[in-house]
Amino acid sequence: MLIRPSSDILPSEITPPEVYRDRRRFMQGMGALAAGVVLGGVSEARAGVKLADVRASAYALADDPTPYKDVTTYNNFYEFGTGKGDPAKHAGSLKTRPWTIAVEGEVLRPQTWDVDALLKLAPLEERVYRMRCVEGWSMVIPWVGFSLSELIRRAEPTGKAKYVEFVTLNDPRQMPGLRSRVLDWPYTEGLRIDEAMHPLTLLAVGLYGEVLPNQNGAPVRLVVPWKYGFKSAKSIVKIRFVEKQPTSSWMAAAPREYGFYSNVNPQVDHPRWSQAKERRIGEFRKRDTLMFNGYAEQVAPLYRGMDLKKFF
Amino acid sequence: MGADLRNPKLWIFGLCLLPLGRLVFLAGSGGLGANPIEFITRSTGTWTLVGLMLTLSITPLRRLSGRAGLVRYRRMLGLFAFFYASLHFMTYLWLDQFFDPAAIARDIVKRPFITMGFAAFVLLIPLAATSTSAMMRRLGRNWQRLHRLIYPIALLGVAHYLWLVKKDLTEPLIYGGVLILLLAMRLPWGARALKEVRNRWVAAKY
Repeated sequence: MLIRPSSDILPSEITPPEVYRDRRRFMQGMGALAAGVVLGGVSEARAGVKLADVRASAYALADDPTPYKDVTTYNNFYEFGTGKGDPAKHAGSLKTRPWTIAVEGEVLRPQTWDVDALLKLAPLEERVYRMRCVEGWSMVIPWVGFSLSELIRRAEPTGKAKYVEFVTLNDPRQMPGLRSRVLDWPYTEGLRIDEAMHPLTLLAVGLYGEVLPNQNGAPVRLVVPWKYGFKSAKSIVKIRFVEKQPTSSWMAAAPREYGFYSNVNPQVDHPRWSQAKERRIGEFRKRDTLMFNGYAEQVAPLYRGMDLKKFF
Repeated sequence: MGADLRNPKLWIFGLCLLPLGRLVFLAGSGGLGANPIEFITRSTGTWTLVGLMLTLSITPLRRLSGRAGLVRYRRMLGLFAFFYASLHFMTYLWLDQFFDPAAIARDIVKRPFITMGFAAFVLLIPLAATSTSAMMRRLGRNWQRLHRLIYPIALLGVAHYLWLVKKDLTEPLIYGGVLILLLAMRLPWGARALKEVRNRWVAAKY
Protein backbone atom coordinates (compact mmCIF):
# COMPACT_ATOMS: atom_id res chain seq x y z
CA MET A 1 0.00 0.00 0.00
CA LEU A 2 1.23 3.44 -0.89
CA ILE A 3 1.39 5.79 2.04
CA ARG A 4 1.03 9.32 0.81
CA PRO A 5 1.41 12.42 2.86
CA SER A 6 -2.03 13.78 3.49
CA SER A 7 -2.28 16.84 1.28
CA ASP A 8 -5.89 17.66 1.94
CA ILE A 9 -4.94 20.55 4.17
CA LEU A 10 -1.87 22.61 3.57
CA PRO A 11 -0.16 23.87 6.69
CA SER A 12 -0.67 27.40 5.38
CA GLU A 13 -4.39 26.82 5.26
CA ILE A 14 -4.65 25.99 8.93
CA THR A 15 -5.98 28.97 10.78
CA PRO A 16 -3.28 30.33 13.06
CA PRO A 17 -4.41 30.26 16.69
CA GLU A 18 -4.39 34.05 17.03
CA VAL A 19 -6.71 34.45 14.09
CA TYR A 20 -8.87 31.61 15.31
CA ARG A 21 -9.11 33.25 18.67
CA ASP A 22 -9.91 36.59 17.09
CA ARG A 23 -12.68 34.99 15.10
CA ARG A 24 -14.14 33.58 18.27
CA ARG A 25 -13.82 36.97 19.84
CA PHE A 26 -15.56 38.47 16.86
CA MET A 27 -18.41 36.01 17.17
CA GLN A 28 -18.61 36.68 20.90
CA GLY A 29 -18.61 40.37 20.14
CA MET A 30 -21.46 39.92 17.69
CA GLY A 31 -23.33 37.91 20.30
CA ALA A 32 -22.71 40.65 22.81
CA LEU A 33 -23.92 43.24 20.35
CA ALA A 34 -27.07 41.23 19.71
CA ALA A 35 -27.65 40.84 23.43
CA GLY A 36 -27.12 44.57 23.81
CA VAL A 37 -29.77 45.27 21.20
CA VAL A 38 -32.20 42.85 22.82
CA LEU A 39 -31.65 44.32 26.26
CA GLY A 40 -32.18 47.78 24.91
CA GLY A 41 -28.67 49.10 24.61
CA VAL A 42 -27.29 47.83 27.88
CA SER A 43 -23.51 47.97 27.51
CA GLU A 44 -22.04 44.54 27.35
CA ALA A 45 -19.12 44.04 29.66
CA ARG A 46 -18.19 40.42 29.34
CA ALA A 47 -14.61 39.19 29.39
CA GLY A 48 -13.17 38.99 25.91
CA VAL A 49 -14.98 42.06 24.64
CA LYS A 50 -12.54 44.57 23.22
CA LEU A 51 -12.26 47.87 25.13
CA ALA A 52 -12.58 50.93 22.92
CA ASP A 53 -10.11 53.84 22.78
CA VAL A 54 -7.26 52.33 24.75
CA ARG A 55 -4.16 54.50 24.52
CA ALA A 56 -0.61 53.32 24.76
CA SER A 57 1.24 54.57 27.81
CA ALA A 58 4.79 55.20 28.89
CA TYR A 59 4.48 52.31 31.35
CA ALA A 60 5.06 49.55 28.87
CA LEU A 61 7.59 46.94 29.84
CA ALA A 62 9.59 45.53 26.92
CA ASP A 63 9.37 41.95 28.30
CA ASP A 64 7.10 39.45 26.55
CA PRO A 65 3.73 39.39 28.24
CA THR A 66 2.67 36.15 29.92
CA PRO A 67 0.27 34.25 27.62
CA TYR A 68 -3.40 35.20 27.99
CA LYS A 69 -4.30 31.64 28.90
CA ASP A 70 -1.88 31.57 31.85
CA VAL A 71 -2.92 35.03 33.07
CA THR A 72 -6.56 33.92 33.11
CA THR A 73 -6.24 30.36 34.46
CA TYR A 74 -3.56 30.64 37.15
CA ASN A 75 -5.00 32.96 39.75
CA ASN A 76 -5.18 33.61 43.46
CA PHE A 77 -8.69 34.83 44.19
CA TYR A 78 -9.78 33.04 47.37
CA GLU A 79 -13.37 34.24 47.00
CA PHE A 80 -13.64 31.52 44.36
CA GLY A 81 -11.49 28.87 46.05
CA THR A 82 -7.88 28.48 47.12
CA GLY A 83 -6.67 26.42 44.15
CA LYS A 84 -4.98 28.28 41.30
CA GLY A 85 -7.52 26.94 38.81
CA ASP A 86 -10.56 27.61 41.03
CA PRO A 87 -11.16 31.25 40.03
CA ALA A 88 -11.28 30.43 36.31
CA LYS A 89 -13.66 27.55 37.08
CA HIS A 90 -16.00 29.29 39.50
CA ALA A 91 -15.92 33.02 38.73
CA GLY A 92 -18.63 32.68 36.11
CA SER A 93 -21.18 33.23 38.88
CA LEU A 94 -19.91 36.76 39.52
CA LYS A 95 -22.25 39.42 38.12
CA THR A 96 -20.30 42.51 37.16
CA ARG A 97 -23.33 44.59 36.08
CA PRO A 98 -24.91 46.49 37.69
CA TRP A 99 -21.92 47.32 39.91
CA THR A 100 -21.18 50.29 42.09
CA ILE A 101 -18.08 51.46 43.90
CA ALA A 102 -18.60 53.60 46.98
CA VAL A 103 -15.96 56.27 47.57
CA GLU A 104 -16.30 57.43 51.16
CA GLY A 105 -14.63 58.40 54.41
CA GLU A 106 -12.31 61.38 54.76
CA VAL A 107 -13.25 63.06 51.47
CA LEU A 108 -15.09 66.25 50.62
CA ARG A 109 -16.98 64.59 47.80
CA PRO A 110 -18.11 61.09 48.71
CA GLN A 111 -19.77 59.43 45.78
CA THR A 112 -21.11 56.07 44.68
CA TRP A 113 -19.83 55.41 41.19
CA ASP A 114 -21.58 53.26 38.70
CA VAL A 115 -18.86 51.17 37.10
CA ASP A 116 -19.78 52.30 33.58
CA ALA A 117 -19.45 55.93 34.63
CA LEU A 118 -16.14 55.11 36.30
CA LEU A 119 -14.88 53.61 33.06
CA LYS A 120 -15.32 57.01 31.40
CA LEU A 121 -13.70 58.98 34.20
CA ALA A 122 -10.32 59.09 32.49
CA PRO A 123 -8.83 57.85 29.22
CA LEU A 124 -8.00 54.15 29.33
CA GLU A 125 -4.32 53.28 28.99
CA GLU A 126 -2.51 50.04 28.39
CA ARG A 127 0.19 49.39 30.97
CA VAL A 128 2.46 46.38 30.82
CA TYR A 129 3.49 45.65 34.40
CA ARG A 130 5.40 42.95 36.20
CA MET A 131 3.29 41.07 38.73
CA ARG A 132 5.12 39.30 41.55
CA CYS A 133 3.18 36.94 43.79
CA VAL A 134 4.31 36.53 47.40
CA GLU A 135 4.46 32.78 46.68
CA GLY A 136 7.47 33.22 44.41
CA TRP A 137 6.09 33.30 40.87
CA SER A 138 5.58 36.21 38.54
CA MET A 139 3.93 37.32 35.31
CA VAL A 140 4.03 40.22 32.87
CA ILE A 141 0.51 41.52 32.29
CA PRO A 142 -0.79 44.14 29.85
CA TRP A 143 -3.42 45.84 32.00
CA VAL A 144 -5.95 48.42 30.86
CA GLY A 145 -7.04 51.20 33.19
CA PHE A 146 -6.02 54.57 34.54
CA SER A 147 -4.15 55.92 37.53
CA LEU A 148 -6.08 55.64 40.78
CA SER A 149 -5.04 59.24 41.40
CA GLU A 150 -7.64 60.33 38.81
CA LEU A 151 -10.37 59.04 41.06
CA ILE A 152 -8.76 60.24 44.29
CA ARG A 153 -8.38 63.80 43.01
CA ARG A 154 -12.08 63.94 42.17
CA ALA A 155 -13.00 62.75 45.66
CA GLU A 156 -10.96 65.57 47.27
CA PRO A 157 -9.47 63.86 50.32
CA THR A 158 -9.37 65.88 53.53
CA GLY A 159 -6.25 66.45 55.59
CA LYS A 160 -7.20 63.46 57.72
CA ALA A 161 -7.06 61.05 54.78
CA LYS A 162 -3.74 59.33 55.53
CA TYR A 163 -4.63 55.90 54.20
CA VAL A 164 -6.94 54.35 51.63
CA GLU A 165 -8.80 51.13 52.25
CA PHE A 166 -10.10 48.87 49.47
CA VAL A 167 -12.92 46.42 50.04
CA THR A 168 -13.83 43.50 47.76
CA LEU A 169 -17.38 42.27 47.15
CA ASN A 170 -18.61 39.92 49.90
CA ASP A 171 -21.52 37.95 48.44
CA PRO A 172 -21.45 34.20 49.06
CA ARG A 173 -24.12 33.63 46.40
CA GLN A 174 -21.76 34.92 43.75
CA MET A 175 -18.50 33.88 45.39
CA PRO A 176 -18.54 30.27 46.59
CA GLY A 177 -15.13 30.56 48.26
CA LEU A 178 -16.55 32.93 50.89
CA ARG A 179 -18.15 29.96 52.62
CA SER A 180 -14.70 28.88 53.73
CA ARG A 181 -13.27 30.85 56.66
CA VAL A 182 -9.81 30.85 55.16
CA LEU A 183 -9.61 34.67 55.49
CA ASP A 184 -11.64 37.33 57.29
CA TRP A 185 -14.16 38.49 54.71
CA PRO A 186 -14.67 40.88 53.08
CA TYR A 187 -11.20 40.93 51.58
CA THR A 188 -9.65 44.21 52.62
CA GLU A 189 -6.46 45.87 51.49
CA GLY A 190 -4.89 49.25 52.09
CA LEU A 191 -2.34 51.76 50.86
CA ARG A 192 -0.80 54.87 52.30
CA ILE A 193 -2.28 57.92 50.56
CA ASP A 194 0.99 58.76 48.78
CA GLU A 195 1.22 55.17 47.51
CA ALA A 196 -2.37 55.38 46.32
CA MET A 197 -1.65 58.68 44.56
CA HIS A 198 1.48 57.36 42.84
CA PRO A 199 1.05 57.41 39.05
CA LEU A 200 2.01 53.71 38.82
CA THR A 201 -0.94 52.70 41.00
CA LEU A 202 -3.55 51.56 38.54
CA LEU A 203 -7.28 51.11 38.67
CA ALA A 204 -7.58 48.31 36.13
CA VAL A 205 -10.68 47.40 34.14
CA GLY A 206 -9.15 45.19 31.49
CA LEU A 207 -6.22 43.13 30.29
CA TYR A 208 -4.94 42.29 26.83
CA GLY A 209 -7.08 45.17 25.52
CA GLU A 210 -10.26 43.47 26.64
CA VAL A 211 -12.76 43.62 29.49
CA LEU A 212 -11.25 42.13 32.66
CA PRO A 213 -12.18 38.45 33.06
CA ASN A 214 -14.05 37.75 36.31
CA GLN A 215 -11.23 35.57 37.67
CA ASN A 216 -8.84 38.50 37.34
CA GLY A 217 -10.94 40.79 39.52
CA ALA A 218 -13.70 42.19 37.29
CA PRO A 219 -15.14 44.70 36.91
CA VAL A 220 -12.53 46.89 38.58
CA ARG A 221 -9.41 46.10 40.56
CA LEU A 222 -6.30 47.67 41.90
CA VAL A 223 -2.82 47.01 40.46
CA VAL A 224 0.15 48.08 42.56
CA PRO A 225 3.08 46.66 40.59
CA TRP A 226 5.84 47.19 43.18
CA LYS A 227 3.97 45.26 45.88
CA TYR A 228 3.17 41.57 46.17
CA GLY A 229 0.10 40.58 44.19
CA PHE A 230 -2.26 40.22 47.13
CA LYS A 231 -2.08 43.99 47.75
CA SER A 232 -3.90 44.54 44.45
CA ALA A 233 -7.50 44.12 45.64
CA LYS A 234 -9.96 42.65 43.13
CA SER A 235 -13.66 43.22 42.38
CA ILE A 236 -13.70 46.39 44.47
CA VAL A 237 -16.98 47.72 45.91
CA LYS A 238 -15.64 50.27 48.37
CA ILE A 239 -12.76 52.74 48.55
CA ARG A 240 -12.54 54.37 51.95
CA PHE A 241 -10.24 57.19 53.04
CA VAL A 242 -9.16 56.84 56.65
CA GLU A 243 -6.84 58.40 59.19
CA LYS A 244 -5.45 55.22 60.76
CA GLN A 245 -3.58 52.46 58.99
CA PRO A 246 -6.14 49.84 58.00
CA THR A 247 -5.65 46.16 58.81
CA SER A 248 -5.70 44.09 55.64
CA SER A 249 -7.15 40.59 55.49
CA TRP A 250 -3.69 39.06 55.15
CA MET A 251 -2.31 41.07 58.08
CA ALA A 252 -5.18 39.79 60.21
CA ALA A 253 -4.64 36.22 59.02
CA ALA A 254 -0.88 36.06 59.67
CA PRO A 255 0.59 39.26 61.12
CA ARG A 256 4.09 37.79 61.31
CA GLU A 257 4.07 36.91 57.63
CA TYR A 258 2.21 39.72 55.90
CA GLY A 259 2.79 43.35 56.73
CA PHE A 260 0.91 46.44 55.66
CA TYR A 261 3.53 47.48 53.10
CA SER A 262 4.34 44.14 51.46
CA ASN A 263 6.70 45.75 48.99
CA VAL A 264 8.50 43.30 46.73
CA ASN A 265 11.92 43.00 48.34
CA PRO A 266 14.43 40.23 47.56
CA GLN A 267 16.29 41.00 50.81
CA VAL A 268 13.34 40.50 53.14
CA ASP A 269 12.25 36.88 53.15
CA HIS A 270 8.84 35.55 53.95
CA PRO A 271 9.29 33.84 57.33
CA ARG A 272 8.84 30.48 55.67
CA TRP A 273 10.44 30.92 52.26
CA SER A 274 12.97 33.03 50.39
CA GLN A 275 11.94 35.99 48.26
CA ALA A 276 15.32 36.30 46.50
CA LYS A 277 14.16 34.58 43.33
CA GLU A 278 11.00 34.02 41.37
CA ARG A 279 9.75 31.76 38.64
CA ARG A 280 8.25 33.77 35.83
CA ILE A 281 5.35 31.77 34.45
CA GLY A 282 6.43 30.23 31.16
CA GLU A 283 10.14 30.25 32.02
CA PHE A 284 12.16 27.27 33.14
CA ARG A 285 14.89 28.79 35.29
CA LYS A 286 14.19 31.11 38.16
CA ARG A 287 15.19 34.74 37.85
CA ASP A 288 16.36 37.16 40.51
CA THR A 289 13.62 39.19 42.13
CA LEU A 290 14.18 42.91 41.70
CA MET A 291 13.93 45.52 44.45
CA PHE A 292 10.40 46.96 44.40
CA ASN A 293 9.78 44.49 41.57
CA GLY A 294 11.93 46.62 39.27
CA TYR A 295 10.14 49.89 40.05
CA ALA A 296 12.71 51.18 42.55
CA GLU A 297 13.50 54.24 40.46
CA GLN A 298 9.89 55.37 40.64
CA VAL A 299 8.87 54.33 44.16
CA ALA A 300 11.96 54.09 46.38
CA PRO A 301 11.58 57.77 47.43
CA LEU A 302 8.24 56.87 49.06
CA TYR A 303 10.10 54.80 51.63
CA ARG A 304 13.18 56.91 52.24
CA GLY A 305 14.46 56.50 55.77
CA MET A 306 12.19 53.56 56.54
CA ASP A 307 13.54 50.25 57.81
CA LEU A 308 12.01 47.92 55.23
CA LYS A 309 12.75 44.86 57.37
CA LYS A 310 10.58 46.34 60.09
CA PHE A 311 7.93 47.75 57.78
CA PHE A 312 7.65 44.63 55.64
CA MET B 1 9.00 -14.95 32.30
CA GLY B 2 5.68 -16.21 33.49
CA ALA B 3 4.08 -13.16 34.99
CA ASP B 4 0.92 -14.35 36.65
CA LEU B 5 -1.88 -11.89 36.01
CA ARG B 6 -3.68 -13.21 39.07
CA ASN B 7 -0.85 -12.03 41.29
CA PRO B 8 -2.10 -8.90 43.09
CA LYS B 9 1.47 -7.63 43.33
CA LEU B 10 1.46 -7.05 39.61
CA TRP B 11 -1.70 -5.00 39.83
CA ILE B 12 -0.48 -3.00 42.79
CA PHE B 13 2.76 -2.30 40.91
CA GLY B 14 0.79 -1.05 37.92
CA LEU B 15 -1.49 1.10 40.08
CA CYS B 16 1.47 2.65 41.86
CA LEU B 17 2.92 3.69 38.51
CA LEU B 18 -0.28 5.48 37.47
CA PRO B 19 0.55 8.84 39.13
CA LEU B 20 3.87 8.89 37.27
CA GLY B 21 2.15 7.87 34.04
CA ARG B 22 -0.32 10.70 34.50
CA LEU B 23 2.49 13.23 34.94
CA VAL B 24 4.26 11.96 31.83
CA PHE B 25 1.03 12.09 29.86
CA LEU B 26 0.18 15.60 31.05
CA ALA B 27 3.72 16.80 30.34
CA GLY B 28 3.47 15.43 26.82
CA SER B 29 0.09 16.97 26.14
CA GLY B 30 0.81 20.36 27.72
CA GLY B 31 -1.61 19.69 30.55
CA LEU B 32 0.60 20.65 33.49
CA GLY B 33 -0.85 24.19 33.57
CA ALA B 34 0.79 27.58 33.89
CA ASN B 35 3.34 26.46 36.47
CA PRO B 36 4.41 22.92 35.50
CA ILE B 37 7.25 22.70 38.02
CA GLU B 38 4.92 23.53 40.89
CA PHE B 39 2.47 20.93 39.54
CA ILE B 40 5.14 18.21 39.43
CA THR B 41 6.45 19.13 42.89
CA ARG B 42 2.98 19.01 44.44
CA SER B 43 2.00 15.83 42.66
CA THR B 44 5.11 13.84 43.61
CA GLY B 45 4.82 15.15 47.19
CA THR B 46 1.17 14.14 47.38
CA TRP B 47 1.89 10.62 46.15
CA THR B 48 4.75 10.23 48.61
CA LEU B 49 2.31 10.97 51.43
CA VAL B 50 -0.30 8.65 49.96
CA GLY B 51 2.35 5.92 49.66
CA LEU B 52 3.35 6.38 53.31
CA MET B 53 -0.28 6.25 54.45
CA LEU B 54 -0.96 3.10 52.41
CA THR B 55 2.14 1.45 53.87
CA LEU B 56 0.98 2.34 57.36
CA SER B 57 -2.54 1.04 56.68
CA ILE B 58 -1.39 -2.55 56.15
CA THR B 59 -1.07 -3.39 59.85
CA PRO B 60 -4.53 -2.06 60.83
CA LEU B 61 -6.02 -3.77 57.77
CA ARG B 62 -4.43 -7.06 58.80
CA ARG B 63 -5.90 -6.78 62.27
CA LEU B 64 -9.26 -5.80 60.90
CA SER B 65 -9.49 -8.49 58.25
CA GLY B 66 -7.50 -11.22 59.98
CA ARG B 67 -5.57 -11.69 56.73
CA ALA B 68 -1.95 -11.83 57.81
CA GLY B 69 -0.89 -12.29 54.18
CA LEU B 70 -1.47 -8.61 53.44
CA VAL B 71 2.00 -7.94 54.78
CA ARG B 72 3.35 -9.24 51.46
CA TYR B 73 2.33 -6.00 49.77
CA ARG B 74 3.79 -3.67 52.35
CA ARG B 75 7.34 -3.61 51.00
CA MET B 76 6.20 -2.62 47.53
CA LEU B 77 4.03 0.21 48.88
CA GLY B 78 6.88 1.46 51.04
CA LEU B 79 9.27 1.39 48.10
CA PHE B 80 6.80 3.34 46.00
CA ALA B 81 6.60 5.97 48.71
CA PHE B 82 10.39 6.16 48.50
CA PHE B 83 10.23 6.28 44.70
CA TYR B 84 7.88 9.29 44.70
CA ALA B 85 9.88 10.92 47.50
CA SER B 86 12.99 10.60 45.32
CA LEU B 87 11.18 12.16 42.37
CA HIS B 88 9.94 14.93 44.68
CA PHE B 89 13.46 15.56 45.97
CA MET B 90 14.94 15.50 42.46
CA THR B 91 12.32 17.99 41.28
CA TYR B 92 13.39 20.28 44.08
CA LEU B 93 17.13 19.83 43.43
CA TRP B 94 16.96 20.14 39.70
CA LEU B 95 13.87 22.03 38.54
CA ASP B 96 13.52 24.28 41.55
CA GLN B 97 17.10 24.97 42.61
CA PHE B 98 19.12 23.90 39.55
CA PHE B 99 21.64 22.09 41.75
CA ASP B 100 22.80 25.33 43.33
CA PRO B 101 24.55 23.86 46.41
CA ALA B 102 24.70 27.16 48.33
CA ALA B 103 21.01 27.90 47.82
CA ILE B 104 20.04 24.32 48.73
CA ALA B 105 22.15 24.30 51.90
CA ARG B 106 20.70 27.66 52.94
CA ASP B 107 17.18 26.39 52.27
CA ILE B 108 17.66 23.23 54.32
CA VAL B 109 19.05 25.14 57.29
CA LYS B 110 16.79 28.19 57.15
CA ARG B 111 13.39 26.92 56.05
CA PRO B 112 11.72 24.67 58.59
CA PHE B 113 9.45 23.07 56.01
CA ILE B 114 12.42 22.18 53.78
CA THR B 115 14.34 20.95 56.84
CA MET B 116 11.50 18.60 57.74
CA GLY B 117 10.98 17.34 54.23
CA PHE B 118 14.69 16.78 53.81
CA ALA B 119 14.95 14.96 57.13
CA ALA B 120 12.04 12.70 56.17
CA PHE B 121 13.71 11.87 52.87
CA VAL B 122 17.08 11.14 54.45
CA LEU B 123 15.44 8.84 57.01
CA LEU B 124 13.67 6.97 54.22
CA ILE B 125 16.97 6.01 52.57
CA PRO B 126 18.08 3.36 55.13
CA LEU B 127 14.58 1.89 55.09
CA ALA B 128 14.67 1.49 51.32
CA ALA B 129 18.22 0.14 51.47
CA THR B 130 17.28 -2.52 54.02
CA SER B 131 14.07 -3.59 52.35
CA THR B 132 15.47 -6.75 50.79
CA SER B 133 14.79 -10.18 52.32
CA ALA B 134 18.53 -10.71 52.79
CA MET B 135 18.78 -7.51 54.82
CA MET B 136 15.76 -8.50 56.87
CA ARG B 137 17.45 -11.76 57.77
CA ARG B 138 20.76 -10.10 58.49
CA LEU B 139 19.32 -7.44 60.76
CA GLY B 140 16.99 -9.77 62.60
CA ARG B 141 15.19 -8.01 65.43
CA ASN B 142 16.95 -4.75 64.61
CA TRP B 143 15.20 -4.65 61.26
CA GLN B 144 11.86 -4.01 62.89
CA ARG B 145 13.37 -1.45 65.21
CA LEU B 146 14.92 0.39 62.28
CA HIS B 147 11.72 0.33 60.26
CA ARG B 148 9.76 1.96 63.06
CA LEU B 149 11.36 5.09 61.63
CA ILE B 150 8.37 5.22 59.31
CA TYR B 151 6.35 6.82 62.14
CA PRO B 152 8.55 9.91 62.53
CA ILE B 153 9.01 9.99 58.74
CA ALA B 154 5.27 10.19 58.13
CA LEU B 155 4.88 12.82 60.85
CA LEU B 156 7.69 14.87 59.32
CA GLY B 157 6.07 14.50 55.90
CA VAL B 158 2.73 15.85 57.12
CA ALA B 159 4.44 18.67 59.07
CA HIS B 160 6.40 19.55 55.91
CA TYR B 161 3.12 19.92 54.03
CA LEU B 162 1.35 21.80 56.84
CA TRP B 163 4.19 24.27 57.13
CA LEU B 164 4.48 25.14 53.45
CA VAL B 165 0.90 25.99 52.51
CA LYS B 166 0.14 29.68 52.46
CA LYS B 167 -3.20 29.66 54.20
CA ASP B 168 -5.62 26.88 53.32
CA LEU B 169 -4.72 24.04 55.69
CA THR B 170 -7.55 21.74 54.61
CA GLU B 171 -5.50 19.24 52.63
CA PRO B 172 -2.54 18.86 54.98
CA LEU B 173 -4.99 18.53 57.88
CA ILE B 174 -6.74 15.67 56.08
CA TYR B 175 -3.40 13.86 55.79
CA GLY B 176 -2.71 14.68 59.43
CA GLY B 177 -6.08 13.24 60.48
CA VAL B 178 -5.53 10.03 58.52
CA LEU B 179 -2.03 9.65 59.95
CA ILE B 180 -3.22 10.17 63.54
CA LEU B 181 -5.91 7.56 62.97
CA LEU B 182 -3.40 5.09 61.52
CA LEU B 183 -1.02 5.65 64.42
CA ALA B 184 -3.78 5.48 67.03
CA MET B 185 -4.79 2.04 65.75
CA ARG B 186 -1.34 0.84 66.82
CA LEU B 187 -1.73 1.97 70.43
CA PRO B 188 -3.12 -0.58 72.93
CA TRP B 189 -6.61 0.92 73.01
CA GLY B 190 -6.60 1.40 69.25
CA ALA B 191 -5.66 -2.21 68.71
CA ARG B 192 -8.37 -3.26 71.18
CA ALA B 193 -10.92 -1.19 69.27
CA LEU B 194 -9.88 -2.86 66.02
CA LYS B 195 -10.25 -6.27 67.64
CA GLU B 196 -13.68 -5.32 68.90
CA VAL B 197 -14.79 -4.24 65.44
CA ARG B 198 -13.45 -7.46 63.98
CA ASN B 199 -15.21 -9.64 66.58
CA ARG B 200 -18.56 -8.01 65.90
CA TRP B 201 -18.00 -8.29 62.21
CA VAL B 202 -17.18 -12.00 62.44
CA ALA B 203 -20.12 -12.59 64.79
CA ALA B 204 -22.46 -10.89 62.35
CA LYS B 205 -21.19 -13.03 59.52
CA TYR B 206 -22.00 -16.37 61.17
